[in-house]
Amino acid sequence: MTEVAMRNGLVLAGILFSLGLTSLLVRRNLIFVLMSLEVMLNAAGLAFVVAGARWHQADGQIMFLFILAMAAAEVAVGLALAVEIYRRFKSLDVDKLSNMKG
Amino acid sequence: MLGLLWLIPALPFASALVLMLSGSRFPRKAATALGVGSIGISAVVTILVAVSFFTAPPPDHSYTQLLWTWINVGGFNPEIALRLDALSLVMVLVVTFVGFLIHVYSAEFMMEDEGYSRFFAYMNLFVASMITLLLGDNLLLLMLGWEGVGLCSYLLIGFWYREPANGHAARKAFVVTRVGDTLMLIGLMLLFTQLGTLQIHELMQRASEHWPAGSGYAVAAALLLLGGAVGKSAQLPLQVWLPDAMAGPTPTSALIHAATMVTAGVYLIARTHVLFSLAPAAQFAVALVGAATLLLAGFSALTQPDIKRALAYSTVSQIGYMFLALGVGAWQAALFHFFTHAFFKALLFLGAGVIINALHDEHNIFKMGGLRKELPVAFWTFLIAGCSVAGLPFLTAGFFSKDLIIWEAWSADHGHPGFWIAGMVGALLTSLYTFRLIFRVFFGPLGTPVTKRPGYTMTIPLMVLALFSFGAGYLKEPLLGFLHSALPATIEARAGGMTEAGSEAVAAVVFLVGLYFAYLFHLRKRSLAEAAVSNPVGSLLHRWWLADWGFDWVYDKVFVQPFIWAAQINKSDFIDAFYAGVARLADLFYRGLSRTESGRLRWYAAGVAVGSVVFLAMVLFR
Repeated sequence: MTEVAMRNGLVLAGILFSLGLTSLLVRRNLIFVLMSLEVMLNAAGLAFVVAGARWHQADGQIMFLFILAMAAAEVAVGLALAVEIYRRFKSLDVDKLSNMKG
Repeated sequence: MLGLLWLIPALPFASALVLMLSGSRFPRKAATALGVGSIGISAVVTILVAVSFFTAPPPDHSYTQLLWTWINVGGFNPEIALRLDALSLVMVLVVTFVGFLIHVYSAEFMMEDEGYSRFFAYMNLFVASMITLLLGDNLLLLMLGWEGVGLCSYLLIGFWYREPANGHAARKAFVVTRVGDTLMLIGLMLLFTQLGTLQIHELMQRASEHWPAGSGYAVAAALLLLGGAVGKSAQLPLQVWLPDAMAGPTPTSALIHAATMVTAGVYLIARTHVLFSLAPAAQFAVALVGAATLLLAGFSALTQPDIKRALAYSTVSQIGYMFLALGVGAWQAALFHFFTHAFFKALLFLGAGVIINALHDEHNIFKMGGLRKELPVAFWTFLIAGCSVAGLPFLTAGFFSKDLIIWEAWSADHGHPGFWIAGMVGALLTSLYTFRLIFRVFFGPLGTPVTKRPGYTMTIPLMVLALFSFGAGYLKEPLLGFLHSALPATIEARAGGMTEAGSEAVAAVVFLVGLYFAYLFHLRKRSLAEAAVSNPVGSLLHRWWLADWGFDWVYDKVFVQPFIWAAQINKSDFIDAFYAGVARLADLFYRGLSRTESGRLRWYAAGVAVGSVVFLAMVLFR
């Protein structure tokens, strides 16, 4: 792979990460917040893969596998929490879940 | 038998410990048995030890019992060791014997008091500390006992602590004696750094080897020790605490503030007499302090309406005599006066206690009167003690001891006719104020009616002490001879112009003059006393003497008020402001940071994001 290809890959990862972060900050629905997190995780994964390809190392792809596993765990816990929150508060609006303010 | 020496302080100490730990759980009978019994056994042990000391004197007339080494660091190794010689034996005998009688008396005197076992705990601790002070082989152990008796004095003056005035008197006694104790501690440090030991016998030897007579170190050390003695023995200028110390129970006044503790200063100076002999200037200061104190306190005693305060001034004045004797080099005479004074002054206080109890806590002698028939035992014993302190010629103990001092104040090596005159004026005052008390309290019309009469446990100690107040004078020659092994005899130098018989004759006349004027002013024509107080000069003097020559006033203005003023200012000082500022800053941070804790998830996420960007930027663009 060439120098240019890696830059493109990293830029794409950056764009994806920014999109994820923006939607994390903008969306109020908890489901969308979780989805934005997934986008951000995948952006990070992409950066690992691109870098791994650039240095001809398998480490980048191994890291991506870790990220995938972590993302799966996170979604499992996160969705379970979302269900419980919805049961208790009848809402998924994160701004309304501010009972723990100091 | 001498091996039992350690039991003398250990018994009262153990009893004090048990009484203190058990609190008020003991029944009164058990507390009495323990409190009085321990001192009784201690007194018996003392007598056994004394008998074996007399019959088979140990070599060099001193016996040291090493118990254990207290501290051992860098050449400083004071030992817990008891040293018995003629000087300490006489004092321990008096302390345990008079102490035992006073304990017996207290068992009845304090019977109604709720702090009964607490009282005996303190009293026993006092006796233990006093014996430690007397038997201590080195100055550090002596200091331990010295502080112990100070503590007990404080605890017992403030025994009825619910009355704020008593607490004030206790604190005053503690703080004023502390001034002296600090000087003494500095003296101890000076002695140790210069001579390398605190073991008294060794110290005295090294002092006479290393320091020539009149050397600066000797004078400084002697003066510092004198400072400690002045504080403990209530001498000028630290005498202000003793009259206020009368706030404590009367047996306490008898034991601690008359017979024993206040003579600790006399003991200290007698114990270190070699040092004072090396420092003629300091020894002269001792005599001067004694002479001035005996006069000032004598005048103050003339004006006190409170019977116990009058007796307290009398104590200050009599200890003044002992200091005068020490100062002129009449060491044995000072000890002899201590010996007789312990009996008659304890008796006077115990008699006063009977009277105060009988009259339902009445202290004012002008509201008393006519008690001669009402309280015969108290009257006769008080009369004997009074005659003894005033020096009824050729019969009583006080006459022998006081006149020995007055005579030696002239004739001794360091004596001076001026000291003799001071002693004689003091004797006149003593006779005046003693018979003033006797005529006011026991003669004339009945003042306050008697509500309570003393039982046998109170009157028997009075009678025993009366016997000694009368008879102790006949022990003069044996006692002085016995003390010879510990204290050098007086060097008679200035015998010219006066003989001992002449001095005694003058003293007898002075006694009679005092008796006559007391009779005139306080019994036959009481209007004369009122007239003397009501004319302008007399009233001024009366108020001045009543207020202890204004010492309290001066100390209040010079030390107490400025100290309180400084404390008030310093209440919000710089250091405090700094710490308060730190607290306020932390509070400010807390308020600011707790505002960010909004509970809004998206704000937190934004915060994390911005924070990461900032840190990344810091790493990258450093």
